[in-house]
Amino acid sequence: MKLEGCTDMTIRAFGRHFREGLKNLVRNGWMTFAAMTAVMITLAIVGMAMMIALNAEQMSHYVANQLEVSAYLKQNLNSAEGQAVATDVRRLPDVKSVVVVTKSQGLKQLQADLGSQYSDLLRGLHSNPLPVTLIIKANNPKETLQVASEVKSIPEVSSVNDGAQYVRPLFRVLDIARNIGLVFVLALFLTAMFLISNTIKIAIFSRRREIEIMRLVGATNGFIRMPFLVESTLIGMIGAAVPAAVLGYVYEYLYRVTGGVFYGLHFPLVPATEFVVKLVVALLALGFVIGAWGGFVSVRKFLRA
Amino acid sequence: MIEMQDVSKEYANGKKALENISVHIGKGEFVYVVGPSGAGKSTFIKLMYREERPSSGHIFVNGFNIERLKNRKIPYLRRSIGVVFQDFKLLPKLTVAENVSYALEVTTAPKRNMRRRVKDALDWVGLTEQADRWPDQLSGGEQQRVAVARALVNNPAVIIADEPTGNLDPENSWSVMKLFQRINDRGTTIVMATHNKEIVNTIRKRVIAIEGGKIIRDEARGMYGYDD
Repeated sequence: MKLEGCTDMTIRAFGRHFREGLKNLVRNGWMTFAAMTAVMITLAIVGMAMMIALNAEQMSHYVANQLEVSAYLKQNLNSAEGQAVATDVRRLPDVKSVVVVTKSQGLKQLQADLGSQYSDLLRGLHSNPLPVTLIIKANNPKETLQVASEVKSIPEVSSVNDGAQYVRPLFRVLDIARNIGLVFVLALFLTAMFLISNTIKIAIFSRRREIEIMRLVGATNGFIRMPFLVESTLIGMIGAAVPAAVLGYVYEYLYRVTGGVFYGLHFPLVPATEFVVKLVVALLALGFVIGAWGGFVSVRKFLRA
Repeated sequence: MIEMQDVSKEYANGKKALENISVHIGKGEFVYVVGPSGAGKSTFIKLMYREERPSSGHIFVNGFNIERLKNRKIPYLRRSIGVVFQDFKLLPKLTVAENVSYALEVTTAPKRNMRRRVKDALDWVGLTEQADRWPDQLSGGEQQRVAVARALVNNPAVIIADEPTGNLDPENSWSVMKLFQRINDRGTTIVMATHNKEIVNTIRKRVIAIEGGKIIRDEARGMYGYDD
């Protein structure tokens, strides 16, 4: 019974604090507006950085997934024997997929590559000089070179093209790009935290007299703090909801217009739904944390006796 | 009710505001605290609602032991006291009724008769009509009456007032003083620091005069005693 009464009190008290917080939000019109604008602008920038970072990440994945090893089998092996080798290769632990290109497929590919102009060249051939080729992808693109050397040691394989000359620099560039992006987003995040909590601090500072009066008439610290927390959390959340909605809409629009590929380069973009969900979750969570934290820190300053 | 024994207060900057003050104020008394500016009146008043801590000595207010009172218990002391200030100290973003109601809400008193009690308090100070207005829409005298309503809505045993008529013209001063007199008639103890000679000499009550941090005079039905 006692517990029930207690819970009832807590809920009633929270209702009161929530109403008060909402009321303060409206009554402090300009200060609320200023704080919300600061949140909106900074989180809009964070959102844009997210848009770039997520797509860069997606791009680097896409590029990395294009990496493959071509293993040319010995000339005397026919397609059926090639399939047998492919089965062995598939058993290697780091191998994701193996595609067998038979001699005739290889020739057709070559003809297509050369174009009609040079097709006469190939017509002079008595037999197909191309080996059976295995196109191998590694589970993790970074293991491509390792897979290549494993495949090279198979006796039926005559030679391997692992693209080592461009795989290594590619990964170095991608790593650097990702790290720069990470530092950039982190710096932006910290700036946003600082800016927003500062604005909230100023908004609350202008009300230190109110807090002093509340203390004088016997309000406990918790009673004073709660409406402020509700207020600053709402500032953070509303300030996050607006750029989330706008950026989400813009991305969805751009995705539709471009057909989901990066203009001119044919990189697929992060799917609209996936991006919007990530954006909304990230911005709202940021808004919540920044608002609640900013409010807490600022009020605490004035509640110290 | 209010008991001070050998109370001294020295501020961090070394200024001695009060030296060895001992005083007893009983239930239902009406006490003026007078003296020149900087004599220690404000410190004397602030010690009672624990805005300041005594450097030495003992203070008891409404059964609270002030020197032992933990910071987080201060709100409970303040709910048992009504405070009225020279600058009214109303919450600017709350209406008149909400300002009075705030003093009740902090006690987490049952909501049931809260509205009733707020209305009664506003009726009592004659501001029924102004309930939904904002503090800055009221005159100084009206604002001070709101502050009085807020101070008495909890039915405190003691009301402490620091220069309550300091910002008011004579007419408003008298109407606010009449309120304090009526509150005192109900049995509430009143301690009032004041500079208002005319009031002290007209509404004759106990007078405690403080000078240089010491009580130099404590008379029942005293006079203001300064020329100002």
